[in-house]
Amino acid sequence: MKTARLTLMLATASTLAAQQPVSSGGGATLIKNATVMTVTKGTLQNTDILLQNGKIAQIGKNLTAPAGARSIDATGKYIIPGIIDPHSHMMADAINEGSLSVTSMVRIQDVINPTAINVYRALAGGVTAINILHGSANTIGGQNAVVKLKYGREASAMMFPGAPPGIKFALGENVTRKNSGGGGGFGGAPQPPRRYPTSRMGQEEVIRDAFTRAQDYQRGWADYKARVAKGEKNLVAPRRDLELEPLVEVLEGKRLIHAHGYRADEHLMLLNVAAEFGVKIGTLQHVLEGYKIASEIAKAGAGASSFADSWSYKIEAYDAIPYNNAIMMRHGVVQTINSDSDERVRRLNIDAAKLIKYGGMTEDEALKTITYNGAVQLGVDKRVGSIEVGKDADIAIWSANPLSVFASCETTFIDGEVFFDKQEDLKNRVRKDLQRAELERAEENRVAGQGRRVILP
Amino acid sequence: MTRASSRVHVILSGTKNPGNSCAALGMAVGLVLTASTAQAQLGSYNPMPGPRGTYAITNAKIVTVSGAEIPRGTVVIGADGKITAVGANVAVPSGAKVTDATGLTVYPGMMDAGTSMGLSEIGQGAAATVDVSEVGSFNPNAQAIYALNPHSAHVGVTRVAGITHVASSPSGGIISGQTAIVNLSGWTQPEMQVVPRAALVINLPRSGFAGRGFGGFAAQNQGSTQDANRLRERQMDSLRAILRDAEAYGKAIDAAEKDKTLPRVQRDVVLASLVPAVRGQMTVIFTADRASDIRAAVTFAKEMKLKPIILGGGDAWQVASFLKDNDVPVIVTGVMDLPRREDDPYDVNYASPGKLQKAGVRFAITSGDAGSETRNLPYVAGMAAAFGLPKDEALKSVTLYPAQIMGVGDKFGSIEVGKIANLVVTDGDLLEARTNTKYLFIDGRPVPLDTKHTELNNTFKDRP
Repeated sequence: MKTARLTLMLATASTLAAQQPVSSGGGATLIKNATVMTVTKGTLQNTDILLQNGKIAQIGKNLTAPAGARSIDATGKYIIPGIIDPHSHMMADAINEGSLSVTSMVRIQDVINPTAINVYRALAGGVTAINILHGSANTIGGQNAVVKLKYGREASAMMFPGAPPGIKFALGENVTRKNSGGGGGFGGAPQPPRRYPTSRMGQEEVIRDAFTRAQDYQRGWADYKARVAKGEKNLVAPRRDLELEPLVEVLEGKRLIHAHGYRADEHLMLLNVAAEFGVKIGTLQHVLEGYKIASEIAKAGAGASSFADSWSYKIEAYDAIPYNNAIMMRHGVVQTINSDSDERVRRLNIDAAKLIKYGGMTEDEALKTITYNGAVQLGVDKRVGSIEVGKDADIAIWSANPLSVFASCETTFIDGEVFFDKQEDLKNRVRKDLQRAELERAEENRVAGQGRRVILP
Repeated sequence: MTRASSRVHVILSGTKNPGNSCAALGMAVGLVLTASTAQAQLGSYNPMPGPRGTYAITNAKIVTVSGAEIPRGTVVIGADGKITAVGANVAVPSGAKVTDATGLTVYPGMMDAGTSMGLSEIGQGAAATVDVSEVGSFNPNAQAIYALNPHSAHVGVTRVAGITHVASSPSGGIISGQTAIVNLSGWTQPEMQVVPRAALVINLPRSGFAGRGFGGFAAQNQGSTQDANRLRERQMDSLRAILRDAEAYGKAIDAAEKDKTLPRVQRDVVLASLVPAVRGQMTVIFTADRASDIRAAVTFAKEMKLKPIILGGGDAWQVASFLKDNDVPVIVTGVMDLPRREDDPYDVNYASPGKLQKAGVRFAITSGDAGSETRNLPYVAGMAAAFGLPKDEALKSVTLYPAQIMGVGDKFGSIEVGKIANLVVTDGDLLEARTNTKYLFIDGRPVPLDTKHTELNNTFKDRP
């Protein structure tokens, strides 16, 4: 059984790899006569887009295709920037290193599985970039990875070039309940070990303690470097500390905090503690009660990444309202919608459309919550998030206005290359079915006891 | 997956497809303090409907669903809560309260036939607010209607999305209990109820490894496949036994009624609750997703002479002709679910309602959510329409079809004279996420559009 599954997985990967070079890296693509929702510069009717060398080379009417360029007639179709999901756990073979309260030393980039099929499924929803975060088991979690969903490539080729590094923080029930006794799953499964902190008081203290230790560590190195610079000899360098190094980067503004939390009070606590240490928070994640402290979030300059309309699934989500993003937006917060789910990431366009209903966003404002604002929050807005000349050619063609539930994604480009194409996908299904049938007939995949030959190692 | 928890935020992610892994820490605890806080918050968010009376919605585009669309017309609601007239040239009765719906569209209210609405307020960490399941395997007399909280905040936010009535089902065990069909408006359960005992819910024990769904018994049995199959056989024997006992019990009661000389039959509320189902008078909802489980459910229903509905139906399209031949309808749950197999087409679940429709299988679409996310039902149907289901069929799959499948097609699902006046007046296509509800009538009463969410919005939106 194991063999069969492995072989099938390989087959799937190779099938998809085989369909990749629809247009190769340098090859230009001219998309003609589409409705282009640039997100930052309005919606353009009957417009062409030229993709060249991985970038958006031209936007305009009646563009001419360079020699050898692929041409796509997009009459009646819509183009939007590739969707960016600021909160994902896709491709992560491990999510939580929850054994300690501070695990800033662990890195998501070390556990990325680039063959995860959900990458392809997200591409089919027009998604081109995601922020892969550590889980929310502990107050200070691990380091994130921002990736482009270049399905079929190695993990190293998927890392978003130049994206500032980040780190996960977490507040509230997910952090504390681990220790609350009586959790632990079905059928009297063993209790998880008790671990500090068990309250929101302890969470504040863990952060204050970690920042304080990081400051001391930073001073130790600064002092050492200053003495080296002065020419002092025979100095012993401070011992490197992999837990505190990323936190020093946080203090220096080089690493973004993405802080999971639900209740307004806990996020306000974090903003205040961070401010004491001169730290600006990158994003508040989930932040379902952000609407209660919208002014404070705006004043602190933090981003906010929320769910469109999820609520009531736990106590700290009971006051969540779908007007959250609109209220935060009107208070000046750069806010986004995220999925936190390999399923939901495939339909963030519908989540964005809900913001038009709940809170009265415009089409552009709604689309920004799944494109441009995410790019701003992840520090990659110079590269992606809107359709502008010079930006990365990370875009998707949709059958209709993507803010309609009746729309479906047809083609997804990253750096000018096609990573999802609906027509290709449909064509490949026949071949995949044949391939599957063939594999199922293969000797090593036959069920034992039904005439399967024993294969000796 | 268990329907009691929100679709997006399932805790028990496998290693392959971590769903919401922020929550991946195990089951939460019902802390007394937090649970009672939540309890205190329940119950004050659903404004009550206005009085019965004669109402007329005029100048509206009328999407009747059962008949032709009326570009501009009038719907009249009578004092009995029923639709009394609909058409392009309908006179407004004198004394009627008129709602001018110029530029707006009237639809029949939607129905979600696959919820546990009102049975579970906060799925995680507040066990005291969750009443979806009973202890033990056979609870045919556990009735959703008795646990359904009319003041659940879910009720309010769901109805303003245009879902005016639901079938709310218990879950868990082998016989979970009985489904209630209710209007999403009313001070009390009796005021909400339309059919308090509408169906029996059975989770047929599954063979081999468990799929999703209510029970997932085999999943809890960590032993070998052989052990799992042995357990299943025992469970199937018990299920057959209780159904046969109910049949015999029904006969004995009837016989004793007719012939007073017979010894008195000791009454049994458990068996009594099964009698309508074993006589084919009450439909039986079988939860099943895998093709083999669907076949097993239909075959079992035939053997026991039950009237089956499949709830779930993930693989139903694979056994479409079998379902059609046996005239078994499907309430499709997992349109938005990720494909279950690695090499399934990416749109396998989006496309499944379209395939069922083409094959002529009777079907409806449900949000598959216990309560809080039920309001997204129209967008689930919209997704099916984006992947092959004709738009008018998508609308029927959340209005007329669920009503017909649940045996209330004469009461709900279209704008026709004599039907219950559950009507939604919108500023756009009912299935679009950006569409707003402008007026709402449930059971012939005007329903205010305020909810817990609008209340919090109003409280905080202008906070400096």
